[in-house]
Amino acid sequence: MALKRRVTTAIALSITTALLAAGCGGGGESEAPESELFKNPVTLTWWHNASQDGPGKTYWEKVAADFTALHPTVTIEIEGIETNQLQRTRLPAALLSNDPPDIFQAWGGGEIREQVEADYLKDITEQAKSEVDNIGSAAEIWQVDGKQYGLPYRMGIEGVWYNKDMFERAGIAAPPTTFEELNDAVTKLKAINVIPIALGAGDKWPAAHWWYNFALRACSVDTLKKASAETVFDDPCFVKAGQDLKAFIDTKPFQDNFIATPGQNDPTSANGLLANGKAAMELMGDWNKGSLETVTNDKEALDKFIGWFPVPAISGSAGDPKAALGGGDGFACAKNAPGECVEFLKYIVSPEVQKGYAQTGTGLPVAKGAEDGVQDPALRSILEATTGATYVQLWLDTAFGSTVGNAMNDAIVAIFAGNGTPEQVVEAMKAAARK
Amino acid sequence: MTATNPTTLDPAGGASAPPAGLRPVRRPSKDRAAETRRKWYEIIGLTTPAIVVYVTFVLVPMGFALYYSLFRWRGVGPPTEYIGFDNYVMAFQDPIFLDALRNNAIIVFGSLLLQGPVALGVALLLNRHFRGRTLFRLLAFVPYVLAEVTVGIMWKLILTPNGSLDALLQSIGLGGLVQAWLADLDIVIWTLLFVLTWKYVGFAIILLLAGLSNVPQELNEAAAIDGASWWQIQRHVTLPLLGPTIRIWMFLSMIGSLQVFDVIWVTSVPAVRSLGASATMATYMVDNGFFARLWGYGNAVAVILFVISFVAALLFQRFLLRRDIQGATTGRAN
Repeated sequence: MALKRRVTTAIALSITTALLAAGCGGGGESEAPESELFKNPVTLTWWHNASQDGPGKTYWEKVAADFTALHPTVTIEIEGIETNQLQRTRLPAALLSNDPPDIFQAWGGGEIREQVEADYLKDITEQAKSEVDNIGSAAEIWQVDGKQYGLPYRMGIEGVWYNKDMFERAGIAAPPTTFEELNDAVTKLKAINVIPIALGAGDKWPAAHWWYNFALRACSVDTLKKASAETVFDDPCFVKAGQDLKAFIDTKPFQDNFIATPGQNDPTSANGLLANGKAAMELMGDWNKGSLETVTNDKEALDKFIGWFPVPAISGSAGDPKAALGGGDGFACAKNAPGECVEFLKYIVSPEVQKGYAQTGTGLPVAKGAEDGVQDPALRSILEATTGATYVQLWLDTAFGSTVGNAMNDAIVAIFAGNGTPEQVVEAMKAAARK
Repeated sequence: MTATNPTTLDPAGGASAPPAGLRPVRRPSKDRAAETRRKWYEIIGLTTPAIVVYVTFVLVPMGFALYYSLFRWRGVGPPTEYIGFDNYVMAFQDPIFLDALRNNAIIVFGSLLLQGPVALGVALLLNRHFRGRTLFRLLAFVPYVLAEVTVGIMWKLILTPNGSLDALLQSIGLGGLVQAWLADLDIVIWTLLFVLTWKYVGFAIILLLAGLSNVPQELNEAAAIDGASWWQIQRHVTLPLLGPTIRIWMFLSMIGSLQVFDVIWVTSVPAVRSLGASATMATYMVDNGFFARLWGYGNAVAVILFVISFVAALLFQRFLLRRDIQGATTGRAN
């Protein structure tokens, strides 16, 4: 028995070694010159995360068909995969094999950094210069060490979605611009017997985002940039973020049982509370309009009462009050994908295609010249705030990579649950960075 | 006839040995060699597909898991940073993993202690003859037939804050009992144990009913004639004869409880799970392997889960199942 097992292990090891050797080969294929583009028939495989039937999925089908009409040599095979599955299992496994998709969903920050370090992605710095210029600072999230490896097609900042009617009834004159004003609004909203702020802490990240915003206010932009690039969290501002959060939680602004409440897409979720007039506010990203619509009982009423304002500033803090937290979605090309892949990537972020994307209402465009596509008033105010932000910090869990991000979110949720400390968040982040 | 041809009565001869008078008289030794060869062809031919599938999809992945568990590996690029058994050390130093171990222990013993007596009682009752017996048997088995995910979502809706359980409690004046069933860190594991019991008790009942149908009716009758009450018959005749079935069920329940994943994953709240209150080894493995993208570490947790299940299975077989499976496994014929 023991012998048998040893033999099996030996076989497994040798197979692994063979696979690894195969994985290390390949690569380093020379780039086809510009003139060779669109000469030979190529098939591009495209993995995106619009897996559910809807305007997003239909629009990408149209984009692919339009591109093929422009360049008949290119055939595009699309596969829509649910986000978690795509990001956590399918894509890592496909990249590890010798046959990854040519163009695929790419999350910027820590994720793309790891992929670049493993030599999976095509450097598109040269070919995509004018596109990067047109997109502006949002494109930086898909850069590693100054080189461009992917392009965003959607980008937006986070803010507070609120019920204008309730604010009026509570006697709140204008959306809060500082945390003092926010605390004041919370008191007034409690007085008219509504939940001041809905929170879906059950899904962890909606709770963690409150800490991210406190960190954004407590830390300087340089500290945040350094933390993202080197996963170093020595600055005391990270502990300060947890202390500010704890003080805020102590004012009891959230609904009871927020630890059991899911984030979105469910009538019992935090989204549902806001959409159906039970809560007055929710901290959420630019995609929230679509999510609220799926859980509301009365879309017309929602359209009338829903408003949006940026996360308030904290007076006397080190962070830039005009900095915002945000994120987006982008695409990248695999290292050995044909040159046509980059052309298609550029096509996706061209102003016309971006305008069509904005019209689907599934997200905010990144390219200049596509703004007209945004029609919803709440989304227009986010677009304005995104353009006006001095610095857009990518969601911290994405920026720091999944390992640190996951540990950080868990430790933040522990503060919400009442059994964690601000110091433990930083310790967990440091420990995860070593794992 | 029989006296002159005794070979037909030889049980060992069987169908392959024709009566001596009809047996051809040439080279019996070569005949036997050919038969042995044919026997081996059959063994190889019939078992090869199964062995190939088993090796490819069970043994080789197990080897991979063991190998990968020795690396610091985030799943991007091939594993290159060999760290020996650090991942294992890390697991046993993580309080959340220790919580998961404790939760698994609660589920193993909780399942045995709750499901066993309940299932035994119900099975003994359902074994009696009464109108509607088939219907009751069916009802007891329904939760087991439902898919895990269906059960998980159903109970999640019932137990969610302001869900139907809370509404029911309030409507009957027991509003004071309302709890955060799935979010209170001290309660959630017991809530989940209840859901698991509800789900799997039907399996124990069906298994015990099958065991009961093997208890000879004559023994019960004999005991009754001797003046034993129904209770005495169950206690001194039926239960001892049901021993092997109970032990097999305990074995299956224990292994299932150690590896429990889907009901927990679907029913429990992610935040509560990551705080350790409702994590099991299997959910911990997925949370860390996929969501924290610690692939090497996830593999180490998988190996730990395997070793614990394997050792538990061996010990159980060695000490409790010994008589039941005599001769059924490797060569221990007597």
